[in-house]
Amino acid sequence: MVLIRRLAKLFSAVLLLATLAPAASAQTGLEDALAGLTARSFSDKETAILAIAASGDPRAETLLQALQEGDLYFRRSDDRMVFVRDAEKGYDISDALTGEELGNVGKRKVRKVSINNKLRGVLKSALGGLRLFAPDDGARAEAARALLSDPDPAMLSGIERALAAEEAARVAELLTLARAAILAQSGPVEDRLAAVAALDGSMNPDVWAVLGRLANAEGDGDTQTVAQAASEALARIDSQKQLYQILETIFFGLSLGAVLLLAAVGLAITFGVMGVINMAHGEMLMIGAYTTFVVQQLMPNAIEYSLFVAIPAAFIVTGLIGIGIERSVIRVLYGRPLETLLATFGISLALQQAVRTIFSPLNQPVITPDWLSGFYEVNGALSITYNRLYIIIFCLLVFAALLAILKRTHLGLQMRAVTQNRKMASAMGIRTGWVDAMTFGLGSGVAGIGGVALSQLTNVGPNLGQAYIIDSFMVVVFGGVGNLWGAFVGAMTLGVANKFMEPFTGAVVAKILVLVFIILFIQRRPRGLFALKGRAVES
Amino acid sequence: MAEASGVTVNRSAEAKPAAGSLLYLDGVTVSFDGFKALNALSMIIAPGEMRAIIGPNGAGKTTMMDVITGKTRPDEGDVLYDGRVDLTAEDEATIANLGIGRKFQKPTVFESHTVEDNLLLAIKADRRPFAVLFSGVREAEQARIDELLALIRLDGLREKPAGDLSHGQKQWLEIGMLLAQDPRLLLVDEPAAGMTDSETAETAKLLKEIARSHSVVVVEHDMDFVRDLDVRVTVLHEGSVLAEGDLDTVSANERVIEVYLGR
Amino acid sequence: MATLAETGGAGRGRRSPLLHLSDRGTVIFLGILAALAIGVPLLNQLPESSVFHVPTYLVSLFGKYVCYALLALAVDLVWGYCGILSLGHGAFFALGGYAMGMYLMRQIGDRGVYGHPVLPDFMVFLNWKELPWFWYGFDNFGFAMLMVMLAPGALAFVFGWFAFRSRVTGVYLSIITQALTYALMLAFFQNDMGFGGNNGLTDFRDILGLDLRSDGVRNGLFVASVLALALGYIICRMIVASRFGKVLIAIRDGESRTRFLGYKVEYYKLFVFTLSAVLAGIAGALYVPQVGIINPGEFSPINSIEIVIWVALGGRGYLYGAVLGAAGVNLAKSYLTVAFPEIWLFFLGGLFVLTTLFLPKGFIGLITESRLFRRRAKEGQGDG
Repeated sequence: MVLIRRLAKLFSAVLLLATLAPAASAQTGLEDALAGLTARSFSDKETAILAIAASGDPRAETLLQALQEGDLYFRRSDDRMVFVRDAEKGYDISDALTGEELGNVGKRKVRKVSINNKLRGVLKSALGGLRLFAPDDGARAEAARALLSDPDPAMLSGIERALAAEEAARVAELLTLARAAILAQSGPVEDRLAAVAALDGSMNPDVWAVLGRLANAEGDGDTQTVAQAASEALARIDSQKQLYQILETIFFGLSLGAVLLLAAVGLAITFGVMGVINMAHGEMLMIGAYTTFVVQQLMPNAIEYSLFVAIPAAFIVTGLIGIGIERSVIRVLYGRPLETLLATFGISLALQQAVRTIFSPLNQPVITPDWLSGFYEVNGALSITYNRLYIIIFCLLVFAALLAILKRTHLGLQMRAVTQNRKMASAMGIRTGWVDAMTFGLGSGVAGIGGVALSQLTNVGPNLGQAYIIDSFMVVVFGGVGNLWGAFVGAMTLGVANKFMEPFTGAVVAKILVLVFIILFIQRRPRGLFALKGRAVES
Repeated sequence: MAEASGVTVNRSAEAKPAAGSLLYLDGVTVSFDGFKALNALSMIIAPGEMRAIIGPNGAGKTTMMDVITGKTRPDEGDVLYDGRVDLTAEDEATIANLGIGRKFQKPTVFESHTVEDNLLLAIKADRRPFAVLFSGVREAEQARIDELLALIRLDGLREKPAGDLSHGQKQWLEIGMLLAQDPRLLLVDEPAAGMTDSETAETAKLLKEIARSHSVVVVEHDMDFVRDLDVRVTVLHEGSVLAEGDLDTVSANERVIEVYLGR
Repeated sequence: MATLAETGGAGRGRRSPLLHLSDRGTVIFLGILAALAIGVPLLNQLPESSVFHVPTYLVSLFGKYVCYALLALAVDLVWGYCGILSLGHGAFFALGGYAMGMYLMRQIGDRGVYGHPVLPDFMVFLNWKELPWFWYGFDNFGFAMLMVMLAPGALAFVFGWFAFRSRVTGVYLSIITQALTYALMLAFFQNDMGFGGNNGLTDFRDILGLDLRSDGVRNGLFVASVLALALGYIICRMIVASRFGKVLIAIRDGESRTRFLGYKVEYYKLFVFTLSAVLAGIAGALYVPQVGIINPGEFSPINSIEIVIWVALGGRGYLYGAVLGAAGVNLAKSYLTVAFPEIWLFFLGGLFVLTTLFLPKGFIGLITESRLFRRRAKEGQGDG
């Protein structure tokens, strides 16, 4: 009986709400209704609550929320509704309607508006209904989502009204699902089945929970029929979920591939053009990451923009270091690749120690700007985190820029000439020494940019480079030397392969398997996936 | 002999024109990224024959040598040795052990080894690792090395590292190494490159001497040298045979003139 | 180059491999080793008050250097003579070490913290119920010693079989050897691998039933290490001075030319690479009881690359150059990492750069060349 009464009252409240909601100003209505809360009887309070909900006043939600959380008081002297805050002595109070500060009062001067369990239920429904009409899309969606996760038959008519008025497709969809979730619970079996059919195919985890409950429900023939339909719908959703999971894995893989590519593409350039193995390449990544750190220290008030400063800064810093290394060491060792490997390894050790000495052996805190965090939820099974998405976009931009440099600029033309036939290029008047230095600068600079990206994903410490150098080599070796597209395909393949194996094997074993695969692969194709062919290459 | 060394024998080719030939190339094509270095090249070298191959740069002479010696695998075509051994299925070392020796265009000797050790490495012997590991230098081998050192006029320099030799001396050392291998077929790539006129004449004489007991294929640019050799000439152009015959005949061939004079 | 110093000494004709040990460098080197093997344990016996007393911890420290020297020798054999720059020899060293470590773990018996009669502590800790199959037999010293050689040898053989047959050379080979040791490092860090994960194998007590911490065993291990180094040196010297060694050098200087002479280069490389891995494994096995621990850090790529710099600094292609480099760099390391820990990596990095730039033939190479230069100058005077 209580339930029916409650339902009836709710119904009338929602009816009221529907008619009154557009009328924005109802100052006196709200004040009167509020006054009803001082009553001792719970049923009077209930009426007051419903009146507040129906007032259409924008403050109604705050008030009801405060009431629900036990923060709403009234002054004993004049029954004025107030919010209280704990003070050193007594309470600081402010007017619940106007927000006016009313100073400090003793604890016994105010009295809490008490509620019981029944009122809690009323409040919850009223709040849920109110929020469905909130002006903000996000708030309405949130309310609809709350209803979906806890489908309450009492809210059905409210939902239907809200649905009729709803203009945002996203919210309407959630409301439709919430409605179906309620309908599927009881009523004529045809309607329940129709509701299950409406839920079928949804990628919303709350819907899966609803269907799960339906599928496991025990009861008479109708319930069994519905349970059957629900579990069939779940099975279909599961197979769809798997598809989205594959999409997500590919996305993760591509973002890992993008990181690998950013780390390795500079190496591909220097290795391809100069035949030089730069073991200090990893340290260029590290220095790029540290440049980000320094830039953020220099502009603490503009962290949001720090990356846009850090990218060119890192390019210049690491590019200059690269040119310095080329001019001082690598140039002298030209034609002795193994010695170059050792010398650059020595440089990498010294650079690591230098960073340790200048900064500290500990990791440095690099801040992630707000616009990089968060995610976009495609649906319940697939969400795209912004940092991964931006890494992929950034990597594509860098890659396109590099392609443009190689294909469209004079330097690129000279670099390609030197890659293909160094002697001939030299004979044609190309200053191969200058090209080497620029190439090395470019390769190192790109690594620096990669370091900026890495600083957003991983710990920035002196060993950052070492963690990526072997992976970078694998990308270059796998993709084929001297071929940017090879590096691209190599990085993406390895990234995706890694992420696909991870769920089965764990991250470390996946990595080991990838290494073993490359070791075997290079035996079959010693020059990688996209090898240059011809007589000049072999000698 | 071929069967004993466990090499692939192409039985179907046995009855074909390859029979009786020492080296048989048929329709050999090699392409690098679309560029055809050899284009359906066919050629037959008879046992004991000496042949000169001429042709402009890029005609495919070196690629042909690479195919015969197993460095490059042809995309198409047959390469048969001794009328039946399929050379396209073997690696360089096996082919060398079958009796095909090669002298490179640029002299390639082991620079940090002494002249004598260069010959020792080349001398015909069991090349399997364990046999080499436990073998000393036999009297007969030492005698042969001494003989060759005299022939190539380097016996005074036997203890010198080969890297210290002059260009001409390296060419001779390489010929010495080729002889030490005692191959049935010698492939000689531009032996006269970088030699003085008198050295060139000497080399031609030496080659003719060698050709008495071996089959020789010489690739050369120098027309006077080829004239000195006085053998059958094959002209290569764009990866296939343009003309074949004695030097005077091919010199008179219009297409050869066209290619060489670039008309 | 190298060969001048090495092979010039042998007279021509009738070269039996055994006769190659008579050159002066070898005699001096083996003499020094003999003096060490006898001298160090003797000095350890002196009373502690004596100026010449060598404390036991130093004996083990020297023993560690000797193991490093053997490892460097193994690297020199493949790099100095055959041109194979392996950046993964630390893996073979560590495998040998793990094989020895497994034997030493089994020797602990039920004296572990958990007192399990068979399972080592870390397995009890991981809740394992029985010994994994690959631990069988390691309670037997002979079997363990066999595995010390077989494990790294088999890995090198399989790896080399693939790599050399497909003609992976130069920097490519270096990079995949590095990937190999890196992959092994990741694997050994895994607890599930059954090799103690992060912590590796440690807390050893006995070897052959004798207390590992006793002076006698410490001296014995030192002498064994020196003997292993001497034996390794003799084997390497015999190989490089033989006709086989000439082929190795030919491969180093002109791999493709060597093929055209009829040598199956891949088999030569495979032989010498495998042998080198076995030597490295033995070095690792002797190293572990002297330092008392083996963990996956030994697989880290930087360790392998450090070995290479010992060899480069000492002079590759001389064998004793590698030994000298290993001893020298590690002495410096022991001193610097304690006295100036900040400086050590700068020093090591500088060594890499300066050695490759200014000492391409290493220390021994510098001496040999300057001597050669002086001799030539004298000859030149004589002629004039």
